[in-house]
Amino acid sequence: MKLWEIAHSRTGDKGNISNISLIAYDPKDFDLLREKVTAERVKAHFAGIVKGNVVRYELPNIQALNFVLYDALGGGVTRSLSLDMHGKGLSSYLLDMEI
Amino acid sequence: MKTIRIGSGAGYAGDRLEPSLELIEKGNLDYISYECLAERTIAIGQQAKLKDPTKGYNSLLEYRMKRALPLCWKYGVKLITNMGAANPQAAARKCVEIARKHGLIGMKIACVTGDDLLPVIEKYMDTEVWETHAPLSELPGEIVSANAYMGVEGILQALKQGADVVITGRVADPAIFMAPVIHEFGWDLDDWDKLGKGTMMGHLLECGGQVTGGYFAEPGKKDVPGLGHLGFPIVEIAEDGSFFVTKVPEAGGMVTKETCSEQICYEIHDPENYLTPDVIANFKQVRFTEVGKDKVKVEGATGKPKTGTLKCSIGYKDCFIGDGEISYGGPGCLNRAKLALDILKERLELVAPGQFDEMKYDLIGCNSLYWNPNYRYEEPSEVRVRIAGRARTKEIADLIPNEVEALYTNGPAGGCGAVKRTREIVSVASILVDRNDVKPVVELLEV
Repeated sequence: MKLWEIAHSRTGDKGNISNISLIAYDPKDFDLLREKVTAERVKAHFAGIVKGNVVRYELPNIQALNFVLYDALGGGVTRSLSLDMHGKGLSSYLLDMEI
Repeated sequence: MKTIRIGSGAGYAGDRLEPSLELIEKGNLDYISYECLAERTIAIGQQAKLKDPTKGYNSLLEYRMKRALPLCWKYGVKLITNMGAANPQAAARKCVEIARKHGLIGMKIACVTGDDLLPVIEKYMDTEVWETHAPLSELPGEIVSANAYMGVEGILQALKQGADVVITGRVADPAIFMAPVIHEFGWDLDDWDKLGKGTMMGHLLECGGQVTGGYFAEPGKKDVPGLGHLGFPIVEIAEDGSFFVTKVPEAGGMVTKETCSEQICYEIHDPENYLTPDVIANFKQVRFTEVGKDKVKVEGATGKPKTGTLKCSIGYKDCFIGDGEISYGGPGCLNRAKLALDILKERLELVAPGQFDEMKYDLIGCNSLYWNPNYRYEEPSEVRVRIAGRARTKEIADLIPNEVEALYTNGPAGGCGAVKRTREIVSVASILVDRNDVKPVVELLEV
């Protein structure tokens, strides 16, 4: 299934760094997200977009993961050549991941 | 226990106005704060100020203040905003003029400055830039702005002097929401756990509608009522730092655990170490409880001592970006669009070989958002070609959109709807400065 079926997500940007939350609708699915959606898996999913590391953080009481993607925004909002300079659409791409 | 109510009047520079007016009238507020200053906005404001010393503040300041100030005066709500951008002093004078015109006699309007480090920027030329890992002196373009992120101190001084309106330049976003709480409750500036809670409150409020159902809807999965008249958030906070998020009942949108969860993660990195000028906040153990309709209680934030440095954003003249778009539709449109990209690549190599620092070629509708070359997409019923490139001069950058437009008469069949533009790019880089180098200055004006 796609992550979209069990989780929701929002992207933020700071400079050339993107952060993408992944929040389980049902707390019961949080362990599944923790097991399947590793930093390595996210880095591979965003191949071509993310040039740097991906680091994963957890907010357990709200069943959320927070992925920080370094060197991910084509130089950052001020100088990116991308149509989506902020990378705001990246959350939807994460939810397209199959687990 | 004493409580106060704070509303969020704007989540970005160009945000809607009427939700904030609704809050002032119906929100039973003590304060309303407008967050209107993105990273680069201040650099653009600085350039406007150079051309005209009475400009450089938020371009919607007058539009907002002529509606908000009379209402705030009527309902006894104090207003705090970073709409001063590169010129808080001129913004404050403009507000005095507006208040006088509306007969708001006795209103006290303060501006907070001290964030502007451009006059002393030479001092930091050996400081390492985060983005380039090289000294500031090696930035490729002319520096046009340098603004440190200040904390709550300047706003606190202004409130202590009795200000009804406080206008700042660069301060940390949560500070414009947390300062009134510290002021009203007399929190100590080293009560780190309380400042952690105040920062979490500010973080939830600083993007306006993003916590009341804006930027959230997913039809069928996350439905949000009344997005056409989305209400902005209100926080009611008690002396011990406990608070809930809510909205005006008749306004559209909603406040739920899910809307709060998306916003608490927005633009943070390590949730245990959210660095601000006032505190290192820890959001890791945050909990949300729905205690009523559109009413979410927030608990669990803590804090640690602040660092000895402040982030300073440097605006510099970086480059020119030219971009152009043209559409193709109907049977075979994807092949025609791909042919258009091939032609553009050949043309740009012909007219300006080696002149572009970086190029991006997109098929909007197929691959423009996600650059993954393996991403699957089907033939769309229409597709839009887009190319963008970076050059050192406007003349060279202009060639890119011009070549796109020239596809009308020189490219594949059926090209339509071409647009073109070239922009001068002011980019932002970041350094750390000693916090002792930055002293807030408050000026109080009376109407």
